[in-house]
Amino acid sequence: MLTLNKKLYRDLFRMKGQVLAIALIIASGAANLVMSVSAIDMLEETGQAYYERYRFADVFAGLKRAPERLRLRISEIPGVQTVETRITRLATLSIAGFDEPVLGQLLSVPDLGRPQLNRLVLRAGRWLSPGRSDEALISEPFAESHDLQPGGKFQVILNGRKRTLKVAGVVLSPEYVYAIAPGALMPDDKRYGIVWMSRKALASAYDLDEAFNNVSLSLLRGAKTEQVLARLDALLERYGGTGAIARKDQLSNWFLQNEIKQQKAMSMILPTIFLAAAAFLSNMILARLISIDRDEIGLMKAFGYSNWDVGWLYMKMVTLMALPGILLGWVSGYGFATWMAHMYGSYFKFPFLLQRPGLSVFVIAAGISLAAALIGTLSAVSKAVRLPPAEAMRPPVPTAYKSGGFLSSLFQVSFDQPTRMIFRHFLRWPVRTGLSALGVGLGVAVLIIAFFWSDSVSYMIRSYFIEAQKQDVTVALTEAQSKSVLQEFKRMPGVLMAEGERSIGVRFKLGPRVKRGALTGVRPEARLNLVYDVSGHLLQVPDHGVVLSTMLAKVLGARLGDMIEIEVLEGRRPVLRLPVSGLFETYIGTPAYIHLDVLGRKMREAGTVNLVHLKTDPGRSAILYKRLRNTPGVAAVSLHEAALKSFRNTMDETIMVFVAFFSLFAGALTFGTVYNTARISLSERQRELATLRVLGAGKMTVSYILLGEVALLTLVSLPLGCLIGYGLAGLMTASFETELYRIPFFILPSSYGMAAVFGVAVSVVSALWVRRGLDRLDLIAVLKTRD
Amino acid sequence: MNKAGAESGQTLAARGLTKIYTTGAVDVYALRGVDLELFDGELAVLLGPSGSGKSTLLNILGGLDVPTSGQVLFRGRELTALSDAKLTRYRRDHVGFVFQFYNLISSLTARENVALVTEIAKNPMTPEEALEMVGLETRIHHFPAQLSGGEQQRVAIARAIAKRPDILLCDEPTGALDISTGAKVLEALQRVNRELGTTTALITHNAIIAEIAERVIRFADGQIAEVQVNEHQKAISELNW
Repeated sequence: MLTLNKKLYRDLFRMKGQVLAIALIIASGAANLVMSVSAIDMLEETGQAYYERYRFADVFAGLKRAPERLRLRISEIPGVQTVETRITRLATLSIAGFDEPVLGQLLSVPDLGRPQLNRLVLRAGRWLSPGRSDEALISEPFAESHDLQPGGKFQVILNGRKRTLKVAGVVLSPEYVYAIAPGALMPDDKRYGIVWMSRKALASAYDLDEAFNNVSLSLLRGAKTEQVLARLDALLERYGGTGAIARKDQLSNWFLQNEIKQQKAMSMILPTIFLAAAAFLSNMILARLISIDRDEIGLMKAFGYSNWDVGWLYMKMVTLMALPGILLGWVSGYGFATWMAHMYGSYFKFPFLLQRPGLSVFVIAAGISLAAALIGTLSAVSKAVRLPPAEAMRPPVPTAYKSGGFLSSLFQVSFDQPTRMIFRHFLRWPVRTGLSALGVGLGVAVLIIAFFWSDSVSYMIRSYFIEAQKQDVTVALTEAQSKSVLQEFKRMPGVLMAEGERSIGVRFKLGPRVKRGALTGVRPEARLNLVYDVSGHLLQVPDHGVVLSTMLAKVLGARLGDMIEIEVLEGRRPVLRLPVSGLFETYIGTPAYIHLDVLGRKMREAGTVNLVHLKTDPGRSAILYKRLRNTPGVAAVSLHEAALKSFRNTMDETIMVFVAFFSLFAGALTFGTVYNTARISLSERQRELATLRVLGAGKMTVSYILLGEVALLTLVSLPLGCLIGYGLAGLMTASFETELYRIPFFILPSSYGMAAVFGVAVSVVSALWVRRGLDRLDLIAVLKTRD
Repeated sequence: MNKAGAESGQTLAARGLTKIYTTGAVDVYALRGVDLELFDGELAVLLGPSGSGKSTLLNILGGLDVPTSGQVLFRGRELTALSDAKLTRYRRDHVGFVFQFYNLISSLTARENVALVTEIAKNPMTPEEALEMVGLETRIHHFPAQLSGGEQQRVAIARAIAKRPDILLCDEPTGALDISTGAKVLEALQRVNRELGTTTALITHNAIIAEIAERVIRFADGQIAEVQVNEHQKAISELNW
C-alpha cells in the first residue's frame, strides 16, 4: 500500500489549488460550527453557573405596596423555597460632567447581611456600611461608562428630593446581565444605571417602612412555576400586584436566552450551507480525478487490488482533502469564538466567562465536516469501485453531446463555435452546472444575509425612532397627574410642545389566552408619539374600543371586532370589555392603545397622564435637562436622540464586524466554487483548448471559452443567489420573531447589487487565477495524449 | 528575408535543425542537424521508427515547437524568429494539422468542428464542401461521440483542409485505425493533395503507406537517413497491407 499512498500524496499535491479552495469552504463551515457551538456553550454554561452561584430568582413580581408580613404568606405558597422582598423604583440620576438625564433603577438591599436572592458580585470597593443611607452600590458597566469609582459621588432624586450618594462598591448582578432600560432596545450604560441602596434609605424616601413593592422567589426543585405564579398573583392582587413573571420572562434573562436561541438557529443554517458546498465540490474534484485515473484503476484491479483497496484509497484522499479545512476551521473557529466571547462581554455582563471551547466542539466540527466530504464523494468513489478493470483500461468514449431543441436552433443562428462550446459544455452536465451555480449563488446569498441585518435594522430604526416618534424627550411621572401638568411642562425652557399619555399595566384576555402588557391612553390628535403602522400609515385611535399591535392580536388570537377583556392592574383595578377597533403593525413590543378620554372614564380619573412627550429647542436642552432633574414627580427622562445614537453606534460596530466575517465566508464559498469549477473545466478541456491553439486560435479565443463558462455560471448564479438570500432572510425574519421585537423583512436593492458585484469580483479573480493555466498549456504533450 | 525559397517552389525548408531535450543531467538529441525541403503540391511521407524524431520535426515545421538551433523557412520567411502571436497567425493562415487521435471538440458537431477553423480563416471553403471532400456529407450534424474512429479522423482532415492551407501536416493519421478505415482516411488525404494541390507531409512508421508518396524521407536517430523519390505512386487500393 506504500506506493499507493505515494500516489495519493502526489495527486493531492498536484491538486493543491483545488484542495486549498475546498479547505477554505470546509474551514468556513467548521469555523462557523465551532464559533456557534462554543458561543452557545459559553452563554449557556456561564449563564447557568452565574445564576446558580448568585441565586438568580425563579419568580419576580412587582406591586404597589404590601406590608412586610405578607412575606410569610408568600413563603407558604407550595413550591416556594426563598422569598425576598425589596423596594424598587426608577429615579433620575445626575452625574457631574454629564448633562443629559440618566435613568436609575433603584433596588434595595437588606440593611444587614446580603441579599439571599439575586446576589451581587462585588467587583470593586466594599459593601454598604450598615445604617448608612447615603451610600450606594452601582452596576459595573454604569460605573465604567461614567468612570465612577468607589468613593465617587453622584446625585439621585428620591421622591422629589435630591440626595447625594457615595459609591461604596461596584457590583454585577445576575438580574442585569443584559441591562436594558424600560422601553429601550439596547443597553445604554451611560443613560441607564442600576443602583442598590439600603432598604431603610429607600423605605423612608418612598414611605415604604415595613413594606415592600417588589418580591423575588426561588422555587423548590420540581415546583410548578405556573401554579406559584397564579397563587402569588392572587395574594398580591389587593396590594396592587402588576402580575408575577417567571424567570424565562425576566427581561435580562429573556435577552440572554433569545441570543442562545438565535445562535442555535444560525448554527444550523450557515455550517449547512458551507458543508453542503464542500460536499459537492469534493465530489466534483474526485469524480474528475477518477475519470483521469480510469486506466490506473483498471491496472490496480488487474494487478489484484480489491474493490475495497480502491475505495479506501479514494476515501483516504477525501479525508486528506478535508483535513486542512478542518484544521483551518479549528484555528479560525477558536479565534472567532474568542471574538464572540469578547463581543458578548460588551452586551452581556458576566462576572466570569466559562469560555473554554470544549474538546467536544472540535470533535463535532471535524466529524460533521469530514462526514459532509465523505458523503459528498460517495457516488464518485463507488463509481471507481464498480469500474470493471477491462473497461477501465479502455479510453473513455468521447463525451456524448446532443443537439436538437430550441437551444440548438438558437445556436445555429446566433453563435460562433466557441460560444457553442461554452453553452454545450454548460448544459451537458446540468446537475453539476446547477450545483456550481448554487455554490456561487450561496456565496452571494450569505453576503445578502449580512447586508440584510444592516438594512433591516436601519429600516427598524427609521420606522420606530423616526417615523413613529417625533418627540425629543419623554418624561415618565412617578404618579399619574391631572393633564394640567402639561401646562407646566410647556412653560419649561426650550419646550415647544408637550403631549401626555396614560400608560397602565393590564392583563389582556381573550378566551383562554392571557397576556400581560401595557395599555396606553392617547389622544387622536397627538403629534409626537404616534400610533404608526410599519406600512407607513398613522392610526387615529377611535373613541371606542382598543387598537392592538398585530403581535398582541396574534398572541391573543384576536381579530378586528373581537371583544377582549382588559384587567387593569392598578388603581381601582376595573375590568374593561372592549372591542378591537383597529390593528397596526410595529416592530417593537406588543403595544395597545385606547382613547385617553375613554381610559380616563373607565378608570374614573378624568384626563390624567403619567407619560409626557416633549418637542424641544435643541439650543436650550442643557437648561431643560437641569430643570427636569429638579422637577418633583419626574421618575425618568429619556432622550430620543441619545437613544437613537446609542442604538446606532452599537449596531454599527456589530454589523461592521458581522459583514466583514460574512464577506470572508462568502468570498471563500464563491472563490472555492468558481476556482474548482474552472479548474475542472480546464482539466476536462485542456486537450480541446490546446487543439484549438494548434489550429490557430489565439489565447483570447481559448480564454474566452474557459472564462465564458465561468461568466455564464456567474450570470446564472446571481439571480439564484439573490433569490436564496431573499429566502434565507425571510426564514431568519420568521425564526427571530419574538414578542419583544421583530426584524423587518427588508433588503435594500443596493444590497443585492453589492452582493452581486462582490460575487462577480470574486469570480473574476478566481477565474483569472485558473486562466494562467492556459498560458502553460503544453500544446505538444496534450496532442500526444489520449485524453 | 530570403526570397529564394519562394521562387524555387519550396513550401517549407529546414536548415540544420537541432532539437535537444534536457531532462535532468541528460541531453536527449531529438533532431541532429536536419536539412529538408517540402515542395509545392507534393505528398511526402516521413518514415521512421518511433523515437526517430519525425514528430519533433513536424511540430517544429507546424510552428508548435521551436528548434534548439537551425532555421525553418516558410516560403522563404524565417519561422524560427517569429513571436508566439505570429506563430499562432502562421498556424491559422497556412497550416492544416491532422493528429493521430483526431482531437475533435466533443461538444461540437462535425460541421461545427470544421466551422471552428473556417470562422477564423481568410479564404476558407464552406464546412459542407470540406466534409464532402472527405465523403462525410451525410454525417455533418453528428457529434464526435456518434462517429466511428475513421469518420472522426476524416472530420479532422476536413477541418484541416477547410482553410485551404498551404501545407497539411499529418502525424500518424491512421495510427489509431484499422486497415480498411485507415485506407479511407488515406484516400481522403490523397484526394485533397491532388485536387487542392496542398503540400502534404505525412508521418508514419508503416512502410507500406510510404508507397503512395512522391518522396519518402526516411528518418533514423534524429537524422534524415535517406530520401527516395517514388517514380510510381500507388493508389490506395493498390497497397498490399
